[in-house]
Amino acid sequence: MSDIPADLKYIASHEWVRVEGDGTVTVGVTDHAQDALGDVVYVELPEIDVVLSAGDEAGVVESVKAASDIYTPLSGTVIAVNSTLEDAPEQVNSDPYGEGWFFKLRLADAGELDELLDADGYADVCDADA
Amino acid sequence: MSSALKRTPLAEAHEAAGAKMVPFFGWEMPLHYGSQLEEHHAVRGCGGIFDVSHMTVVDISGPDAMAYLQRLLTQDVAILAPGQASYGALLNEAGGVIDDLIAYRRTEGYRLIVNAATRDGDLAWLEAHRTDAVEIKERAELAMLAVQGPEALARATAWLGAAAPALAALPPFAFLEDGDRFIARTGYTGEDGFEVVLPAAEAVDAWATLLAAGLAPAGLGARDTLRLEAGMNLYGQDMDQTVSPLEANMGWTVAWAPEDRAFLGRDALAAQKAEGVPTRQVGLRLEGKGVLRAGLAVCEEGADGVWTPVGTLTSGAFSPTLKEGIGLARIKATVPKGANLAVEMRGQYRRVLRCRPPFIKKRS
Repeated sequence: MSDIPADLKYIASHEWVRVEGDGTVTVGVTDHAQDALGDVVYVELPEIDVVLSAGDEAGVVESVKAASDIYTPLSGTVIAVNSTLEDAPEQVNSDPYGEGWFFKLRLADAGELDELLDADGYADVCDADA
Repeated sequence: MSSALKRTPLAEAHEAAGAKMVPFFGWEMPLHYGSQLEEHHAVRGCGGIFDVSHMTVVDISGPDAMAYLQRLLTQDVAILAPGQASYGALLNEAGGVIDDLIAYRRTEGYRLIVNAATRDGDLAWLEAHRTDAVEIKERAELAMLAVQGPEALARATAWLGAAAPALAALPPFAFLEDGDRFIARTGYTGEDGFEVVLPAAEAVDAWATLLAAGLAPAGLGARDTLRLEAGMNLYGQDMDQTVSPLEANMGWTVAWAPEDRAFLGRDALAAQKAEGVPTRQVGLRLEGKGVLRAGLAVCEEGADGVWTPVGTLTSGAFSPTLKEGIGLARIKATVPKGANLAVEMRGQYRRVLRCRPPFIKKRS
């Protein structure tokens, strides 16, 4: 059973969102996603200052198994990326909700937050996947 | 669906060890036991053990066994003394690879070990060319383990018992039979070690004993990256019925002498050799970070700076040892050695360096 923290928001493509409360969010991939991917060996992150719309490709995560696109759950401007993943991509496996974070956004439209899944809603998505 | 999959005698042991079990050509096999990367490093650094019981073991006997195999295989089995084995292929009449295999010469008759994925076609081909004085017997009741790594032999010493010193003294591709254990100095990792065919009932105890000796369980995932680093082909990816051994870096397995050995596919191979082999297999290393994947297009840079497709990656992976993307590709033979090559990846041309596999120094 994968770990789905109750204080985060989710989208069905297996990214999580942490609402930081200052108009910014942190984005990563879920425990369920990292488990399905297997060992992560390479992560391609978005550029700082890039403006993304919800649903845009924001990067790529390559595991021993496959390459998967990372989508941004929300619209906004990239204000930080987790560059430690360049040399330690395994953090995505070992700590998907902590050191394995991907990027931070300054939100363009906080209203989009209402469209995200809560932990229960995301758990249903994972169950349907299984 | 999964109820139709065959399970090896070790399936329960894999599950107990936390394996992620996946369908693999009709078998339910361990992909990894938590981390494919750690299993890979365990084999390179110390030793690992693989359940390869899905491989197909076929015994060939009868008065015409040798003549029969001389007609079917690319390698010359007449030069093998009892206790010796060699790698080669079954070819169709057009020279395409039906399967790659190892042929072992026993005191009486031969043993072939072929791929699980190609079992049905191989057995049909063997049967179709069988003569009355040849007996073919699949040994589906046997299990098979691969014990690989620099410390594989040392850690297996107690389990090997009296056979240990003799096995350690054997060169690559030699084998011995110790009671009902058939133990060969072969493998699919580029490491020292051995593969053992044994009765299913003994496999569970062998597995437990070898794990207790400090060998790491390793799954199909690590098996694939280990073989790729060692520059070894995977049937169905790096060659198949449409590809000749000369196009798959398997020319060395073809014994052209004696000239009158009319093995199946020989005429087609000879014709291809005379006309010029149209494609060749090369190793590629990705410059910079990233992963190579089977199926990516390989392109050559023209004088005008335009990239033209010249081939395809047949295998690709992230090399855990080199920490870079590596792969095998089949490219047009006309591509000069010094050509600038790239793979097309997510809309970008990423430079690759052509090299001659293995990607790592072989230690077996």
